[in-house]
This record gives sequence, structure tokens and C-alpha cells, in this order.
Amino acid sequence: MLEMKDVSSAYGRAHILYDLSLSANRGEVVVLLGRNGAGKSTTLKTLIGLVRPLAGEISFDGRRIERLEPYEIARLGLGYVPEERRIFTDLSVMDNLEVGRQAPRTGAPRWTPEKLFELFPNLADMRERRGAHISGGEQQMLTIARTLMGNPSAILLDEPSEGLAPVIVEQMARTILELKQEGLCVLLSEQNLHFANLVADRAYIIEKGHIRYQGTMTELAANAQVRATYLSV
Amino acid sequence: MSLSAIFVQLLNGLASASSLFLVAAGLSLIFGVTRIVNFAHGSLYMLGVYTAYSLVKTFGGGILGFWGAVLAAGLIVGVFGALVERLLLRRLYRAPELLQLLATFALVLIIRDFALWAWGPEDLLGPRAPGLDGAVGIAGRRVPEYDLLLIALGPVVLGLLWLLLTRTRWGTLVRAATEDREMAGALGVNQSWLFTSVFALGAFLAGLGGAIQIPREPAVLTMDLSILADVFVVVVVGGMGSIPGAFLAAVIIGVLKAMCIGIGNVSAFGIDFSFSKLTLVVEFIVMAVVLVIRPWGLLGRSQGIPRGAASVEPPLHLPSPALLKGFAAALLALALLPLVSDRYTLVLLTDILVFALFAVSLHFIMGPAGMHSFGHAAYFGLGAYAAALLFKHALPMELALLLAPFAAGLGALAFGWFCVRLSGVYLAMLTLAFAQIAWSVVYQWDAFTGGSNGLVGVWPAQWLAGKTAFYYLALALCAGGILILWRILYSPFGYALRAGRDSPLRADAIGIDVRRQQWLGFALAGLFAGLAGAVYAFSKGSISPDSLSIPRSVDGLVMVLMGGIQTLTGAVAGAAVFTWLQDTISRQTEFWRALLGGIILFLVLVFPQGIAGFLRERWEARAGGSKG
Repeated sequence: MLEMKDVSSAYGRAHILYDLSLSANRGEVVVLLGRNGAGKSTTLKTLIGLVRPLAGEISFDGRRIERLEPYEIARLGLGYVPEERRIFTDLSVMDNLEVGRQAPRTGAPRWTPEKLFELFPNLADMRERRGAHISGGEQQMLTIARTLMGNPSAILLDEPSEGLAPVIVEQMARTILELKQEGLCVLLSEQNLHFANLVADRAYIIEKGHIRYQGTMTELAANAQVRATYLSV
Repeated sequence: MSLSAIFVQLLNGLASASSLFLVAAGLSLIFGVTRIVNFAHGSLYMLGVYTAYSLVKTFGGGILGFWGAVLAAGLIVGVFGALVERLLLRRLYRAPELLQLLATFALVLIIRDFALWAWGPEDLLGPRAPGLDGAVGIAGRRVPEYDLLLIALGPVVLGLLWLLLTRTRWGTLVRAATEDREMAGALGVNQSWLFTSVFALGAFLAGLGGAIQIPREPAVLTMDLSILADVFVVVVVGGMGSIPGAFLAAVIIGVLKAMCIGIGNVSAFGIDFSFSKLTLVVEFIVMAVVLVIRPWGLLGRSQGIPRGAASVEPPLHLPSPALLKGFAAALLALALLPLVSDRYTLVLLTDILVFALFAVSLHFIMGPAGMHSFGHAAYFGLGAYAAALLFKHALPMELALLLAPFAAGLGALAFGWFCVRLSGVYLAMLTLAFAQIAWSVVYQWDAFTGGSNGLVGVWPAQWLAGKTAFYYLALALCAGGILILWRILYSPFGYALRAGRDSPLRADAIGIDVRRQQWLGFALAGLFAGLAGAVYAFSKGSISPDSLSIPRSVDGLVMVLMGGIQTLTGAVAGAAVFTWLQDTISRQTEFWRALLGGIILFLVLVFPQGIAGFLRERWEARAGGSKG
């Protein structure tokens, strides 16, 4: 449902991605693994339109999207959860959700604040609290909840486990699996192989803007050499 | 002054505060979401006043006619604002912020001449509001009924805006986009329409704020920039983007101004002091005090760099050998020019040299140091006045010319100490405030500075009296000053300035005292602006308060931005083109402002990287093409 074909991206004169191709299907969790600066975030930003690709094709749900504005892509049902959380700190939790709200769409689960509070019980107690006044873990939950308010059929998660306490990381993994159960297509970037193993079906390994490896998580688990070359610190 | 008189002035101040608040709220909203400092906001206000005046004439002065006209004027200005946003500003959202500023300033020029064309140069006083043309007796004095209505209007609009921003989806999206518009976009918010609607609302408020003023104040052509200065102050004192802050600040400033008029002349300890003269500066003094104590305004919050808008400045390369040869050739050509050119050309060239140095000194702090000054003319004017005053007090012209820049430098040192404590748009506003304070001191101190007439008879020494001789003097001093400033940019101090601009925290961490470097840079720029001013004074033989007024500061901004802020030579190119254009056009047509504004808009849309930036890109493209 989400596919990149030979995509190249750059920030100004700095070339970041080279002829990148990848795909993710409905009901599938795909992880993009790689070290810091490998191009994971740029890949996701290119998909959502925040970085405009220099070349290549991106299609989502059968439509070409590489020339669309971010808001147009988001309205097609592709959700994006940024790495740095970027919740609206001046707005209450409810208002943050309101910003993400879009009309329900067929073929995608339909979310309401109440349904999201079941998924993220911590947030239910702080509906009117300002975004600036909730903890980092709660902020991370809120970013995901906010994106889900758009009723996406696919969701991009940029390093969702980064900087979270272990107990929250586990909760995050459960959440991702629940989204998969709902039939969403999930593409996440990660440095944490352990977390990836908990949630993902397939993996791509990216290094210096090139895809170096792709395979199922089981295949990756069996390939010690690839892990040593691209993932060990 | 009696208590009841104070009370009446208080009411008067509150009435003006309402209009001020409406306009300021519009500016604040627009800035919050689009990050555009809308210089044309005062022009929208002026359009509101004139439109309401004409509509009342058409509709008749009945209750329906009057209020219908006021409301319609607001709506017309709102629609006009939306059109401006969609047809013009929208093309510039990806351009550097300062270019948008330049575009809105071009609009100021165009709207000013439109008003001149449509309504003529005479002041127009509107009719009294029907049904509210009487006065009410309060505390034994008569207060106009209309003022009481205006006093109520401010809080009502504040309440409505608050409801709009907190209780509607539109308001939630506006607040979200104010904080992080890129993220709002990635969540499916169509910024394009949000921006247009915010612009329309802001313009509507400005137009309405103007329209309600027609029974109180005549429509005059200069009200665009005077209200703009007031409104900038209100927004900055209240806190950029804070609507309640704008209300609070409008009340404080409206009341203080009214009080100053009310108190009038006071004699204490044998010193006469005129409070009414203070009206011109009181708001700027409030602003300076507030910004030093609370750098983000009374109710504002510290604003980080807005997400998605942060641009990385390209490095300033050392001039290539080809460019250096170009400099040498240009200098040689300038030196030989008097052999072939006429008197008129020499006078124009002298002007260009003066403004080139002025623009380069402004570029010195704006570009490499990242401090955007809206009040650089203060130092130009200080230099000019210092030169004229020293000369008038019996110093030889050469000595006056030599000492004057240091007076400007000292002024910059004093003002700069406050300014470098701020950054971004707050710094820009504080520089504007200081320039306005300097202007009004010069404008009002008849005995010393000659007041609004300025000083005349500031002629150069005998051996420099000829136009050619003076041209060589200007060439030596201005080109010399420019070369010194450029040289400094490539010294360790220049690199430290750029480090402080690109990342103050990191620069601090490697041992650069960013604030101190900026302070020094600010003073240095003031010194050279003062040199330009001193040369200017002697070239004209007279000097008037215009030389440190807001329009002169804006001229400097236009030159720097037209040339291209991130290029070395841009300011010189911008100064030359601007000075030449202004001179040529103003002799062709009465509507030279509109023509100049049109040209600026054209340049902004076609060469968003500035003239010099455009030439450099072309050059690099050609060089790259021939290699590849």
C-alpha cells in the first residue's frame, strides 16, 4: 500500500538518500533500521512530503504522492509521528487531538478521543492539561494519538522508543501491535533492534542513504554478519 | 491638574486604546501564524479610515448608514487583505523572512499613493456618529458619548477573539499553526487557507480599527506609518502573538499618551518640563523599559525559532580574485569619473556613495551578525547632527567630520547595550524604538537641533567646496569605510559574529562572548553609519530630522534586502539601485512611491535572493556548466 521506488532526497546541497526503494503492506509492521544519520528520518519525512524528493516515485494507496504537499498526503490517510514529538505545548491534550482530527475514511479504523483514551489510559486523566505540562512518555503517546485522530490507513513512526523508560517502551510495542491488528500499515524507524524484534514483520537496513539489506525479522535474526556490519555500535 | 481632569483623560486614553487594540490584535494574529511582520498593517488601517469616510458619504449619515459604512469598510479591507495574501505574500513563504518584510513595505508605498490618488492630499474629517454625537456629564466634565462606546468596544472584541481562538476548530488550528506550522501541515491542516483566513481577519480588524476612528480623527496620508509605530509598540509590549497582552499594552499606552497631553507643562524645582512633548516618545520609553525587564513582552512567552522556518545561512565566501579585480576596476572607474561626468551625476554619485556606506554598515549587523535593525537611521542621523553641531560650534569642518562618527558610535554603544539583550523581531522593534526616541528629541529640541527645520549652513571647508573635490572626499571616506567593514568580516571578530548568529549556544560554549561581540559589532556599525551621515550633512549643507526618521531606516532595509542580505556586495548594489531609482522616478511622476513600490515587488518576486545574489547564482551556474 506504501511504496518508494528509486527515491533520492537532499537537504540543500547535502545528498541524503540514494535510489531508495521500499514497500509496506496493509496489516504489516515494517522497520527501517540504521545508525544515527543513516537517513531513516529523512526517508519518513520524504514519504510525508516534508522533504521533497529529487527523483523517484512514491505511491500510497494506489496514488502517486511525491509531488503533493504534506497536508494533502496526510489527508489521503498517511499518518506521520515525528521523532521529536512536536506536540503543541500551548494546547490542551484535547486540543492537540482536535488538530489531528479528520473525517472518517472507509477501509481504515475510525478513532475518537474516547477510543484513544482506552488505548492510552494515562492521557484520559489529563484532557485539559496543557501539552507542556505532561511527561515525556505521555507526550509520546499524545503524538501517536493525535496522528490517529486523522483515521490513517498507514502510519509512519520515527523512532517511537527513543528516550522512553523501559515500561513505556513495552506499552509502545503493545500499541503498535494493536494498530497492526486494526489493519494499519506501520512503517517505523528504529536503532533499537530489540524493540524492532518485538513488533516488526520485516526489516530494511539503511546506511549512508542506501538500502543495504532487506528481509523478514527471522532472516535478520539468522544473519549475524549483517547485524554486525550495519547495526552494532 | 484636578482629579476630574485626570479622570477625563483616562477615559479619553481608554477610547483610543480600543482602536489601537483592534489594529494590534490583527498584527499579532498575522505575525503569530505566518511569521510575517506586516509593515502594511498601518496602511490597512489607513484604508479603513478612508474607505469608511467615503462610504459614510455614500450611505448617508443615519445610524444604519454610519455603522453600515464602518462595518463595510472593515470587510472591504479584510477582503483586500485576503487578496494580498493570496496573490502576493503566498509566493514568498519559502523566501527568507526579511524579503516578506520588504514586500509588505512595497505595499505601504503603493497603498499610500493609491490613497493620494483616490482621496487627495487634504485631511478629511468624517462626520460625528449619529445618535452618539452628544456628550455625557461625568465628574462635572463632558465626555463624548462616542468615546464611551469605544471604551466598551475594546473588551467586547477581546472577548470575541478569545472565544474564536479557544472555542472553535479554526481557533485551535490557528493556535497550533502559531506554534508549529510544519507539524500542523503534516497532520492534514491546509496552511494555505489558514494563512489566508488569518490575514483576512487581521486586515478586517485593522480596517475596523481605522473605520471607528473617523468621528475622532481626520484621515491623513501619513497615518499609515504613525499608527504602525504605535501598533508595533503595543504588540511588542504586550508580547508578540498574545491577544490579551495586546489589549493590556494598548490600554497602558493609550492612557499614558492621553495623560501626557492632559498634564501639559509642569514646572518643578525651577525646571519647565513639557509632558505634551513627551507624547511622541512615551510609548517608546515604555517599550524600551518593558523589553529590558521582560524581553518577551508583558504577557508573551519566550519564542524559540519557529519550526520549519529556520533557514541555514550560506557561508560568506572570501571574495574571489575575479571579484577583487572587479572591486579595483570599479574604484578606478569611480576615481576617473569626474573627468567625464557632469555636476549632476557627481552629486547623485556622492549620494550613492553615502548610502552605500550606510547600507553596508546596516548589512554588517543584519547579515553576518544576524541582528535585524529597523532603526539604523538613528546612527546616520546622530553622525549628521553631530557633524553639523560641532561645525556650528566653531570646530573646523575637517575636525567635525572626524569626530562626528564617534558621537554616533557612542550612541550605538549606549542603545546597543539594550538591543543585544534581545533577538529576532524584538530586537528589531527595540532598535526602532530607540530611533524614534532619537528622532523626537531632535525634532523637539528647537534651541539645540533646530527642531523640525533642522540646521542649515553646514558647508564644507573651502578646499572641498567644489562638487568634484567633495566627490573625492566622499569616495575616499565611504569606499574606505566599506572596505574596512568588509575586511573586519573576514577577521576573527567577523567569524565570531557569524558564529553567534548561527548558533549562539555553541558559540558561547567555545568561549565566544556572543553578547559582547554583538555589542561591539552594533557600535561599529553605528560608527560607520555616523560617518555616512556626517558626509551627507556636508554634502547637502543642511540637515533635518528626516535623516533619522523611520522612513530613512526603512530605506536602509530596502537597500540591504534588495541587494541580497547574504552576499558581501549586495548592500552596495542595493544602495546604488535604490538611490538612483528614487532620484530618477521622483522627478518623473507625482506617484513615485507607487512606482518604487511596484519595482520593489517585481524585484522581490523575480530575484528573491537579491540583485547580487542573483548575479552570483548566474555566475556559478555558468562556471559550473562550463566545467561539467
